[in-house]
Amino acid sequence: MNYSYYPGCTLKTKAQNLEKFALHSAQALGVNLVEQEEWQCCGAVYPLSTDEIATKLASVRSLAAARDKGESLVTLCAACHQLMKRVNHDMQTKEDMREKVNNYLQLDDNYQGESKVIHYLELLRDEIGFETLAQKVKVPLKGRKVAAYYGCLLLRPKEIMNFDDPERPTVLEDFLESLGASAIHYPYKTECCGGYLSVDKEEVVEQMVDNIIRSALEQGAEEIVTACPLCKYNLENSRLCSKGEISISYFTELLAEALDVKEA
Amino acid sequence: MQRVGVFICWCGTNISSTVNIDEVVAAVKNMPGVVYSKDYQYMCSEVGQNLVKDAIKEHNLTRVVVAACSPRMHESTFRKAAKAAGLNPYLLEIANIREHCSWVHKDKKAATQKAISLTKAAVAKAILNQPLIPGEVGVEQRALVIGGGIAGIQTALDIADAGYEVDLVEKTPSIGGKMAQLDKTFPTLDCSACILTPKMVDASMHDKINIYSYSEVEEVNGFVGNFEVVIKQKARSIDMEKCTGCGICLAKCPAKTALSEFEEGLSKRAAIYTPFPQAVPNVPVIDRETCTKFRTGKCGVCAKVCPTGAIDYEQKDERLNQKYGAIIVTTGYDLINLDSFGEYQYADHPDVITGLEFERLVNAAGPTAGKLVRPSDKKKPKKVVFIQCVGSRDKSERGKSYCSKICCMYTAKHAMLLRDKYPDCEAYVFYIDVRTAGKGFEEFQRRAVENYGVNYIKGMVGKIFPTGDKLKVNGVDALSGEVLEIDADMVVLASATQAKPGASDVGRMLSISTDRDNFFTEAHPKLRPVETHCAGIYLAGACQGPKDIPETVAQASAAAAKAIGILSKSKLVNNPCVSQVDESVCSGCLACTKMCPYEAITEKMVEQKVHGKIRRRRVAEVNAALCQGCGGCTVTCRPGAIDLKGFSNKQILAEVDAICQ
Amino acid sequence: MVSREKITPDMAKKEVVRICEISDENIVDCMQCGKCTAGCPAVHGMDILPHQVIRLLQLGQIDQLLQSEAIWSCAACFTCASRCPRAVDISKIMEALRLTLVRVKGNNRLDIEKVPKLLDKNIPQQAIVSGFRKYVK
Repeated sequence: MNYSYYPGCTLKTKAQNLEKFALHSAQALGVNLVEQEEWQCCGAVYPLSTDEIATKLASVRSLAAARDKGESLVTLCAACHQLMKRVNHDMQTKEDMREKVNNYLQLDDNYQGESKVIHYLELLRDEIGFETLAQKVKVPLKGRKVAAYYGCLLLRPKEIMNFDDPERPTVLEDFLESLGASAIHYPYKTECCGGYLSVDKEEVVEQMVDNIIRSALEQGAEEIVTACPLCKYNLENSRLCSKGEISISYFTELLAEALDVKEA
Repeated sequence: MQRVGVFICWCGTNISSTVNIDEVVAAVKNMPGVVYSKDYQYMCSEVGQNLVKDAIKEHNLTRVVVAACSPRMHESTFRKAAKAAGLNPYLLEIANIREHCSWVHKDKKAATQKAISLTKAAVAKAILNQPLIPGEVGVEQRALVIGGGIAGIQTALDIADAGYEVDLVEKTPSIGGKMAQLDKTFPTLDCSACILTPKMVDASMHDKINIYSYSEVEEVNGFVGNFEVVIKQKARSIDMEKCTGCGICLAKCPAKTALSEFEEGLSKRAAIYTPFPQAVPNVPVIDRETCTKFRTGKCGVCAKVCPTGAIDYEQKDERLNQKYGAIIVTTGYDLINLDSFGEYQYADHPDVITGLEFERLVNAAGPTAGKLVRPSDKKKPKKVVFIQCVGSRDKSERGKSYCSKICCMYTAKHAMLLRDKYPDCEAYVFYIDVRTAGKGFEEFQRRAVENYGVNYIKGMVGKIFPTGDKLKVNGVDALSGEVLEIDADMVVLASATQAKPGASDVGRMLSISTDRDNFFTEAHPKLRPVETHCAGIYLAGACQGPKDIPETVAQASAAAAKAIGILSKSKLVNNPCVSQVDESVCSGCLACTKMCPYEAITEKMVEQKVHGKIRRRRVAEVNAALCQGCGGCTVTCRPGAIDLKGFSNKQILAEVDAICQ
Repeated sequence: MVSREKITPDMAKKEVVRICEISDENIVDCMQCGKCTAGCPAVHGMDILPHQVIRLLQLGQIDQLLQSEAIWSCAACFTCASRCPRAVDISKIMEALRLTLVRVKGNNRLDIEKVPKLLDKNIPQQAIVSGFRKYVK
């Protein structure tokens, strides 16, 4: 099955592992992710003000391109996913913005939010299914105690993201279990890591990541997986992580490992 | 030629400050047919009514128009006056120049014009009015009460004490409702069972009350005085005549896997069970979902141990047809499901419980025999956090926008019960506002703060983080701006109340309306609080809106009084403004039967002579007893064969003509 | 220090209306339950607490808010918005307050010249782009 794939800038630079393992795994699972042509940076944060439209145009271009190919748009980076999903929602629901965007972009066909945006995890859960995934596992991650860290951007706001229960999500745990790992449950898995505050307010971020990692360690986690490059960066910068008490990786790395395509 | 008298009311300044009364008087005076006109400050007063009566006699008026307030207010007053003066009351017409005019307009000139138009329309209609005579129907002197909680029990007792038969239908195996689950009741802290069970026994012993437990109302037809109801008695699998309630079967049943509904899932019950020791009737039921005999065909232990042979695996649902004069709906409430409030960990941690679960945990007959311990490890808690407004006053998708009303009081009660049992245990209450309107309520809540040392914190809890064997509660004191972290052993959630999930179905069955939260709607929020818009159907208790026990009981007695008012009459007067079919015009399409919300129109065959031959033809027929006079059929009827008496097509058009002149 | 503000909700009416427009949120819906503050993961960086931000807006005390660190400590994690019983999205109000500042020329939160110095070798592009979007116009 073919999907349009939007990587985003971080995946081409600092988060190459997130993408590399995702693509290897997709191939092993028989899913064809076709990178969009001439995609542009989504802007990394969804503009929350109602009067900003220009900063949403890059996302609309990708959404419309996927629509034109008749494919769902697959994302991998949590930040890109939030942007694509929310801008798409805006295009579906905000008539005023839809009109302005279409007037500006002058696409062959006006874009009205027709595309379906799915995150790689949703692809695994809803299109492939964790049961099928479990059958394709070659190297079960037996005995690995992994804590899933969700962050914010995939989960909230719930009505738009429609990803999972924002307070008690299970998709990453279900994913980990399907790979044979033991998913560690801890109450901080949906608490914010501080996100972009690391640019301006490192001291605020420090305590936020500390809470998360301590909670995971208390429940016996030995490693943490995440879907967001910025989450990974913030968690790795923490005191506890620098001391080597826990390691952080992308969920796709574990996937590739279990499918035995890590070195492919 | 009709002789019309027009009476224009000032309503003090309510009408006269916006409408120029003199101009209205002058305008109608010249209308054809009007022979007399008069204005007065308060036409509804005795003096005003006498003006109408005297004029009818003196001026030989054959039609009367009163331009005043809404007919909902004083139409019956003036109709009575007309009747007293010897005029058929339906020859009187009201022009609403207050609610429809003076109250909603500011521009006096325009309002005066509108008042004139409305009055002229009423005159035009009145000229075409026909004398109408209401019919009479008999009354079935028996009441149906739907729901066997405290509201239903009280209503049934009051009606039965007045000497009328009452059938009390309860869905679950026993009457008692939510009140039976409570430990103590505010604001006096008397034991709930101690005050409820005598009423339950009274109801079961009363020779005028028939309790249909484990039963549901399935179908309701008919109208006030003559409701026809089908009651489904679900198969109990027990012969109620033979069962002595000895309880051996409950003890011997090997399938003890189901969570007890009565204990709010805090303990298990057998597949054959009575919900609680004082259940009425004290006859068990077999839960066929969990019973081994029903699931696999093997077992049958209960039948073997029953000393009277009361177990009947073959029992089937039975249906009972009964007629009633009045129906009282007392179906109660539920607590909301807390699945979408994941931050409170209710579904994930056993030591986070609801207020109703707390009631069972402190109750001597509850799952811990009244020993208040944490469900997880059965240890005594040292710190308990209570959170109010969990889902109440919450207009987001996951909550209810209204105040659940009972939580402030029961949380204060819980905190006091806790401090009473364990003086060394700390109690914290997070609240948004404390609302204690009610007799003795404020004093009760203040006692929690002042005498029992309960820590009240204005603020909410963001999230609960289970950490080790504690529940780390992250909250805020919004007044001081301190963010708080409390290492609690237990958390009690005051979850929002909600209408029963099946309320809208019950509403549809009874043709009574529900509000946006699915609570049943009363006919008037102030003046008709226990009546519905459907004559003969009344409401009591939390099915109408969140309510505590004192209010519920008061409303139950009020609903009973209303029902008794119907039952005590041998005949009821019909509304004569019903539809009638002109059979010669009716095409027999029966579109009217489909639109009629009261199922008052049926088909009938008539014989007609066409070109000398007798032909049988289908036409519509209105049952005047069922027709509520809504007029829907008159506009549905394509050939225009249906007229609503008192509101005929001709009359309506005359009104329109008068306004357009 | 005791200071007494004369309450004139009209004093900054225009600014308040503008903030409500930019955010498309209704501040009168807030009944000061504090749920936002209680759940805010960055609350330790807030000199004015989230529920107080709304209260000050209701009172028209815009200046205090624009001088606060709170609006810069918000990480736009939407935790407050997803739990608010009154369905007020404070993250949008925080954004509107930030925009009120950075949209004025010369008011950037981040000195672009100094950005390269802030960066370590691992910082993802996502962080830098976000920083520019949030702190610079």
